[in-house]
Amino acid sequence: MTLAAVIPTKHSRNPNDVLAPGVIRVIKDDGTVDPAHDPGLTDAELVALYTAMVRVRLLDDRLVSLQRQGRIGFHIGSIGEEAAILGSTFAMRKQDWVFPCYREFGSALWRGMTLQKYVDNMFGNSNDTVKGRQMPDHYCAREVNFGSISSPIGTQITQAVGFSWAAKSKGDDLVAITYFGDGATSSSEFHNGLNFAGVFKTPTIFFCRNNGWAISVPTERQTASATFAEKGAAYGIPSIRCDGNDLLAVISATREALARAARGDGPTLIEAITYRLSGHSTSDDPKAYRQETEVEEWRRRDPIARTRRLLTARGIWTDADQSAAEAAIQEEIKQAVAVAEKTPPPAQSSMFEDVYAEQPWHLREQAEYLARFPRPASKH
Amino acid sequence: MPQMNMVQAINDGLRLEMRRDPRVVVMGEDVGKVGGVFRVTAGLYDEFGDDRVIDTPLSEGGIVGTAIGMALYGLVPVPEIQFADFIFPAYDQIVSELAKFRYRSGGQYPAKLVIRTPVGGGIRGGLYHSQSPESLFIHVAGLKVVCPSNPHDAKGLLLSAIRDPDPVLFFEPKRIYRAAKGDVSESDYTVPLSKAAVVREGSQVTVIAWGAMLYEALEAANQAAGQGVEAEVIDLRTLWPLDIDTIVASVKKTGRVVVVHEAPRTCGFGGEIIALINEKAFLHLEAPPVRVTGFDTPFPYTLEMDYLPLAHRILPAIVETARY
Repeated sequence: MTLAAVIPTKHSRNPNDVLAPGVIRVIKDDGTVDPAHDPGLTDAELVALYTAMVRVRLLDDRLVSLQRQGRIGFHIGSIGEEAAILGSTFAMRKQDWVFPCYREFGSALWRGMTLQKYVDNMFGNSNDTVKGRQMPDHYCAREVNFGSISSPIGTQITQAVGFSWAAKSKGDDLVAITYFGDGATSSSEFHNGLNFAGVFKTPTIFFCRNNGWAISVPTERQTASATFAEKGAAYGIPSIRCDGNDLLAVISATREALARAARGDGPTLIEAITYRLSGHSTSDDPKAYRQETEVEEWRRRDPIARTRRLLTARGIWTDADQSAAEAAIQEEIKQAVAVAEKTPPPAQSSMFEDVYAEQPWHLREQAEYLARFPRPASKH
Repeated sequence: MPQMNMVQAINDGLRLEMRRDPRVVVMGEDVGKVGGVFRVTAGLYDEFGDDRVIDTPLSEGGIVGTAIGMALYGLVPVPEIQFADFIFPAYDQIVSELAKFRYRSGGQYPAKLVIRTPVGGGIRGGLYHSQSPESLFIHVAGLKVVCPSNPHDAKGLLLSAIRDPDPVLFFEPKRIYRAAKGDVSESDYTVPLSKAAVVREGSQVTVIAWGAMLYEALEAANQAAGQGVEAEVIDLRTLWPLDIDTIVASVKKTGRVVVVHEAPRTCGFGGEIIALINEKAFLHLEAPPVRVTGFDTPFPYTLEMDYLPLAHRILPAIVETARY
């Protein structure tokens, strides 16, 4: 597969955007690497990352089908963005923190959140960390330095800045990476976050997954800037553009940003050029607003297939390895789903907990009132 | 015991807590070198330095958003929003994030801030330096809302608010920033949250007020006494969670209620207070509960003394309720 010769001068949601000058690319079409930016991963690291990408993809597929069957209420996935999410997370250190958007379950899993915990959140059951209070994909995982997810766009960006700023002021060696999509660059919190980070030189990495679409609104409706990366300049923040479907390019870009932050030289804005191959969520049908030909072009640049070519070219991955890995992952998912589905929902009274540290009188009264109304069996 | 005004008492409380607890940081627009436009943070920058008394860019959303991040890291930020009228760019962070962090994370990520901000009219501030938006925050599950009326309470409530595990909106009535004076101990003391104060005892009507309007309520109550009506005046001090027990006990004694607030009437906190009284003390009521409030208009400049629920409007409400 060769990319067409026309290189856009402005982001265009065309896969050839990644050929623009200054965009970091490492994995070539034939699976060999460009040594200029090769992060030099071991075979074991490459296999682990590739397997993690496959795991995220299979999980995405399974959760969509569970939603279609009415067994879970919702899913918002990362199909096509696995390299951007896994590569950037791989580059971070254990002591660093992730301030996620809602598509980064691959990041939380890579950092060590258990699959069971994630699937429990998908079912909103009594083992769900967030006690069934949030929609699926709005878990949190403090044990792996992974923040709390909310639905409003961009709010995590300033929080990541404040968090890493506090760490810096205490002299702690810690960097925060915050994820968001191209749509969030239009939010006030993107501006606030980059502005504060630039002024106070906080150790923050702003990781923009430019996936082409914010639900139905394309990138050219988000900005008139030629790239998302160039927005960093207005805040005095260095930017990096990388091919977001290139696992090694993403790692290389994130490592550069991490090194800058860790040595005290402040934040970096990374624009990872990728593509949302699925709808925005299970509630969205992208056929209503985008051409299948566009999607097909990007499907041919699938980051998982591309990483597999790299592994194959290195001679460290066979078809048998693929079959074995997929079978093991499917079994793991099957078991987690079976356990989560059998786990009862949270107790009715839990609705009134954690609003405040201690339950005030009015919530006690409301809990007592509701206790008179057990949920009708038909509403389970 | 030294005399202090509200500004000095809050300043004293901030200084005391910053000395006691190195996690406390003050941040906001003009809070550093100049010590705040009302001078509430005066001198803190010189004592605690740029890392703990932070002049920020002019962005309320950025102030509260980054403060939440600091809180998640373990600091105890006390951001100042220069006027409550300017808090709305931060409303998303307060409503969608701060108020919900503990709940939405199953208790894993409590995010605790005390947001200090001047409220209320009577300083010729017009639409954008006069508003009382307390109801907009009381309505949001997860926030606590405090509004002191005197220097002693201001310091004691501030220390309670900073040491409380939940996020607190700390509304400072700017009309009495300097006018309200009193003895304030320089020692470490607290005034508990969610405890109202009965500041004038009476048997015939309960008057509920807070902040700057407490003084109007007291003036009206004293004038009512001249007409033979003895009103009990309650200073709520903490608006939410409300000290319902003190209110109900008083209403059971008097059977009559007047609620006073500066904020617009419709969906103002007075409506909620009266609904609670109806639910909990209806059979004790001898007269319809009455609200004396601001109006459902933007806060006017030239006519601000017509807008505010001053004593001359509260007095007839007390007397008519008593004689109903």
